[in-house]
Amino acid sequence: MRSPTAKRPEQSSPEQPEQSSPEQPLLEMRSVNTHYGAVHVLRNVDLAIYKGELVCLLGGNASGKSTTLKTLLGMVKPTSGDVLIDGEVVTSTSIRYRVLKGLTMVPENRRLFKRLTVKKNLALGAFLRSDNAAIVNDLEWVFELFPRLKQRLNQKAGTLSGGEQQMVAIGRALMSKPRILLMDEPSMGLSPALVKQNFDLIQQIHASGITVFMVEQNANLALSIADRGWVLQTGQVVLDDTAGNLLAHPELRASYLGDT
Amino acid sequence: MRTPRTGVDWFLTFLRLLLLGAATLGVLLFIVQQVYPDNLITRWVNPVSANLTASQFKGLLVSGLTQGAMYGLIALGYSMVYGVLGFINFAHGEVFMAGAMTGMIASNKLDDAGIWESNFLGSLAFVLAVAVATSTLAAIAMEKVAYRPLRNSPRLVLLITSVGMSFFIQNASLVLLGAKSKSYPRAAEWLNGNVGVIDVRGSRLLVIAVAGLSAVALWWLVERTKTGMAMRAVAEDAEIAALMGIKVNRTIVTVFAVGGAMAGVAGILWGLMFRSVTHSTGFLPGIKAFSAAVLGGIGHLGGAMTGGLIIGAAESVGPIVFFEPLGVQGATQLKDAVAFLVLVGVLLIRPSGLFGERLPAEDRV
Repeated sequence: MRSPTAKRPEQSSPEQPEQSSPEQPLLEMRSVNTHYGAVHVLRNVDLAIYKGELVCLLGGNASGKSTTLKTLLGMVKPTSGDVLIDGEVVTSTSIRYRVLKGLTMVPENRRLFKRLTVKKNLALGAFLRSDNAAIVNDLEWVFELFPRLKQRLNQKAGTLSGGEQQMVAIGRALMSKPRILLMDEPSMGLSPALVKQNFDLIQQIHASGITVFMVEQNANLALSIADRGWVLQTGQVVLDDTAGNLLAHPELRASYLGDT
Repeated sequence: MRTPRTGVDWFLTFLRLLLLGAATLGVLLFIVQQVYPDNLITRWVNPVSANLTASQFKGLLVSGLTQGAMYGLIALGYSMVYGVLGFINFAHGEVFMAGAMTGMIASNKLDDAGIWESNFLGSLAFVLAVAVATSTLAAIAMEKVAYRPLRNSPRLVLLITSVGMSFFIQNASLVLLGAKSKSYPRAAEWLNGNVGVIDVRGSRLLVIAVAGLSAVALWWLVERTKTGMAMRAVAEDAEIAALMGIKVNRTIVTVFAVGGAMAGVAGILWGLMFRSVTHSTGFLPGIKAFSAAVLGGIGHLGGAMTGGLIIGAAESVGPIVFFEPLGVQGATQLKDAVAFLVLVGVLLIRPSGLFGERLPAEDRV
């Protein structure tokens, strides 16, 4: 297992002083509408994620969860509304710019570069960075979180087991030194034991100072570790509350948590 | 779990055995002929076939490898573009021709000025730079004008567009430079002598050296630089590559540029070896280089280079070794057939090419 003492290397970030007031969200969506062709996927979605939070977005299939993440990252452009990082409107900027601003994502189904080695996959995570010493530190941190990756370093990512691939996917995201980590269905396709491990890990990453925003279908588990959450239904935010309240919410219990 | 064999499988097996059998028989007869030049079979099947001396054999092999090095350099472009965009850029042979053409023009200008003779290596470097620049620009322009607007179309549309692009470039050259075959000035005299202990013509050594250096430079670019890492990432999953902060469009342009540069180098080497160029010079080498890329496993760069060398060597040595002992008259004219037979043979046995890899279809969990 991972050593619980694994600490993220000290964030030496003079370029990111604590100038943001407590009310300033780190990442924000303001009345965003997104279309795929004629299909109206997101309808007036408002989200605000604050520094240091662990928040989740819940919803059934095709409710627009993944699209929300893609819109936040700029992989999909909204038809109206704005995406803001630190209060700065980034709606029309490239993915690259947002990654530089500290956004990153663990995509659905991991999407590793399967023909490349684990080492190259991790190096690609740090593609935009040139602070070599800090990259080495972050790599050490990833190895502390996932000691098993150290033995797999020169193996092609496609030859790893599902659990190991998940480690590489998270490691690759962490290598970009994110301020906020977006996770698309982190429990998808993993065995129950691995799901539990995965959620422990998310908490550990969160504890190291990275804001986490995850999208999940497994509402029970997600809410058990999150501070707050939103529920998305056919592209609209229908609930926005603390994790505790959401867990107790009768409607949500009925539709997502499997209660009858 | 195996699916039951169908008639097609049996037919393929039959073809495999036939090809292997013919190749083995040819090689055996060749060896027999070398040892007993006057044996019965030889007298029976091909009374005029001559015994091949070791130095003749070496000559054939070296000229084949030289030609193969060019195929390999061109094949790299096919393979790289296929890697990132998933289609065969059939206009790539024309990129090679464009390099050979401009190299011809530049070298003749230098020859007129008398510099070609007096400072051969310097002129060669200059001509190489001109050809590489032309081929690179041609490849980049092609990507911008023809392929980028179709980026999200089915791959077949891109493929057909590349065939159209190929006709366009050939005809542009025909209009601008005419149909007559044009030739490079003679290479420096000292290049035609044999060199050192290995006793190989200097010009061939030069070709192999330049090709080798280019291949090493490309390997370094792909394996050791961030640009190369970006190329491989885009080749595998462009969307996720963008998520890493890679500029996907710029990376694709770089791939075309690098492939074009390699074809430009090959164009000059062609000029050094064969001297004559026409507007259709790009066609056959282009097709053979494409075969080389497939033979090596499309998308695999080492495979493309190896495939080129194999096809070059096979078409040079093959006719004498396989066909002459079997009693075929004028076997050397079968060199193109041998090149493609080798491709068919390899694909029958390894459908994904020599180095082509197949990953497990889905994630293992």
